[in-house]
Amino acid sequence: MSTSTIANIDVELNNEGFFVDPDQWTVDMVSELALREGIEELTDAHWQVIRFMRSEYLAKGTGPTVRVLGKTSGVSIKELYQLFPKGPAKVAAKIAGIPKPRGCI
Amino acid sequence: MVKRVVILGGGTGGTLTANRLRRVYSDTEIEIAVIDQDDCHVYQPGLLFVPFGLAHAEDIVRPRGRQFHHGIDYVKSAIDHVDLETNSVQLTDGSTLGYDVLVIASGAVLVPEETDGLVGPGWMEKVFTFYSPEGAAALGAALSRFDGGRLVVNVVDMPIKCPVAPLEFCFLADWYFCERGIRDEVQLTYVTPLDGAFTKPIASQRLAGMLADKRVELVTEFNTGEVDGKGGRLIAYDGREVGFDLAVVIPLHSGAAYVGRSPGLGDSLNFVPTDEHTLQSHAAPNVFVIGDAANVPASKAGSVTHFEGEVLVENVRRYLAGESLDASFDGHTNCFIETGFHKALLIDFDYETEPLPGHYPSSVGLPLLAESRLNHLGKLMFESFYWHGLLPGRDIPGISSAMPTAGKRPAAANVSRKD
Repeated sequence: MSTSTIANIDVELNNEGFFVDPDQWTVDMVSELALREGIEELTDAHWQVIRFMRSEYLAKGTGPTVRVLGKTSGVSIKELYQLFPKGPAKVAAKIAGIPKPRGCI
Repeated sequence: MVKRVVILGGGTGGTLTANRLRRVYSDTEIEIAVIDQDDCHVYQPGLLFVPFGLAHAEDIVRPRGRQFHHGIDYVKSAIDHVDLETNSVQLTDGSTLGYDVLVIASGAVLVPEETDGLVGPGWMEKVFTFYSPEGAAALGAALSRFDGGRLVVNVVDMPIKCPVAPLEFCFLADWYFCERGIRDEVQLTYVTPLDGAFTKPIASQRLAGMLADKRVELVTEFNTGEVDGKGGRLIAYDGREVGFDLAVVIPLHSGAAYVGRSPGLGDSLNFVPTDEHTLQSHAAPNVFVIGDAANVPASKAGSVTHFEGEVLVENVRRYLAGESLDASFDGHTNCFIETGFHKALLIDFDYETEPLPGHYPSSVGLPLLAESRLNHLGKLMFESFYWHGLLPGRDIPGISSAMPTAGKRPAAANVSRKD
């Protein structure tokens, strides 16, 4: 666990870079978090996925996996990988300030 | 008045639930009906052995109807949908069955058609799965003809039934090609979407070490987007490729299709949202879920289903009696991992505790996270217990539903062990 300063606010991130407390996240942090993941410009499609991740987490207690994102977010898996080449579910979860999606048991 | 419990699915979970309920209640208290679309109960742990000629597909399948105690009504029909409003199940033959309590035990199904190209050219010629009796038998024929080249084992995505089975396949393939004297001619590669060999850190490390010892290359974080059977390539969504001469693919899994046709019942993958401790569905208080059909964060495995059985039957009883539910399922999972050369590993874990080294079920017992011949014998003997103990709903003496901690060594957890 480590403390990072994002948009001038101190937040706790775990070893893999996911938010420990999703309540510490604010929408102002998104562009800086995206930049950390190598995404320089956020398109509407990026925002759609990030907002969807966040709302699914708040509704269900876990973020969706890539497969579920492809079925439910309105963005296909191929497009998701174009938006987040390093792994849509993981990267979008980090930017959306939610824990790692609990897909894999 | 007689209550009716309807159980959807006559596999591991449905059968043991029906038999356990029948023992708790007389026929004048409840009627029990089990619905399944076919009469083939597959001993699924046996599928792993079929491709290597260590078991035959026809020997691991028995009639479903024969596994039930007297006084259980077995209905052979496909299910169209469940109507939660009217507490009824609509069958595809047009009939309707009402219930007081519904138990969903319809497991997980393979959906290979969801991956581009997987069932296209090369399917069942160069690309196989051992997750079905037909697939396992066809793969067996292909393996016996295989005399060298690159064999790739690929998990498309989680969740899958028995998450250790693809690793076991790699270990047995290493043994199989050694036995045939052609191990040096075969390149084995394990391609997984996970970031390691397995989901749980300590076991993952140990299993990755075993893959390396057995000369199985490990490719991680590979999300298969397309299978090119003709060209012999797995293609990931991020553009990476892995070539193969023979591919063993574990296809995507979903819940049963009728779940998707039942308003308010399932999630986007047709699994049923379920309380992980009480096994009551989130859809309705009189709907319970056992085994692979549930979306609980436990492995999709027969041992989980077995351990769930006791809690589920007790909670159905409490529900019918108007009592509060017994929230006691802990996610207990127990898997023998066949490692080849007549040895096996045993892992035991729950929602909170990852697989640890030590002994099971107490300090005198089977070694955990370590290869031994005893574990291999345990795995072989389990088949008989499955048909004669687990399905009839008997408990194993000394083995409880809750995960034991007595023989485990949490302190050793941070130490990297190599035997």
